[in-house]
Amino acid sequence: GPLSERPLLEVRLGELHTWISTCSFSPQGLLGAVQRACSSYCAKYIHVKQGGPAGISMLLAGYCLLSYGWNYQHFSKTSYFRSS
Amino acid sequence: VLHTTRPLHTTQQSLAPVPPLPEKGGEVRHGLIPEEFFQFLYPKTGVTGPYMLGTGLLLYLLSKEIYVVNHETAAAACILTVIVYAIKKFGADVAAFADKLNEEKVATALAMKNEAMQALQTAIEEEKKEQWRAEGRSYLFDAKRNNIAMLLETNYRERLLMVYNEVKKRLDYQVAMQTLKRQKEQDHMIQWVEKNVIQSITPQQQKESIAKCILDLKALSKSAHAAV
Repeated sequence: GPLSERPLLEVRLGELHTWISTCSFSPQGLLGAVQRACSSYCAKYIHVKQGGPAGISMLLAGYCLLSYGWNYQHFSKTSYFRSS
Repeated sequence: VLHTTRPLHTTQQSLAPVPPLPEKGGEVRHGLIPEEFFQFLYPKTGVTGPYMLGTGLLLYLLSKEIYVVNHETAAAACILTVIVYAIKKFGADVAAFADKLNEEKVATALAMKNEAMQALQTAIEEEKKEQWRAEGRSYLFDAKRNNIAMLLETNYRERLLMVYNEVKKRLDYQVAMQTLKRQKEQDHMIQWVEKNVIQSITPQQQKESIAKCILDLKALSKSAHAAV
């Protein structure tokens, strides 16, 4: 289909630049993008008849990684091998 | 997990009934990495590609101290072990329980739907029966007409009888009056005649009649003697 209508996973690497230029960066556009991402994730992993631990565990793992990234300064300062 | 936040009517043509939920979610390997990642790397690196990538990445992060090993690492390891053990041991039971709850909900909804359909079916049959009954209107009206005709007839005959009785009473009265009058006249006449006759019999005439009777009796006795 047309370039601007395709979801991110189906865009090839070479077309990434043009794809970014087509998407709208207004608040409504960003909000819509966030909502679409949420709804697609929910529809795929949470709103199923037999979902396993995968749906929530991926969210928790992402949260772990994000919090590690936010607190990296603190980690590196209080490391046992204080070399950095 | 609740299904209440699923967006409905996302397309212009909203489908009703709402399509059912998919049976299984997206495939996830080891509970953390979606299957699409493995499929993405399969053409270039085969089956072991992602695992090699994971190992290399892990060693890189550890060696470069991008991932710092401290007391929280040990805590995380213990927690992860417990979580994995719990999921492996109780996962199936919890899933069965959730499935049972879901099935009960679906069963109640289905029962309601069936009940509603049954009720409507019986209503349809009742309606058909009522329609059949309504066809018998003509018989009902005929019976009513017959009833009314009979009432009228009985009423008419009652009145006829009453009229006859009244007329007969009056005629009887007249007849009785006439007979009474005649009787009274007769009695009166007889009395009058007797009274007059008795008045007219003077004592002289009485003696003469008695003497005549005696003479007649003598004559009779003589003839009777002669006959004997």
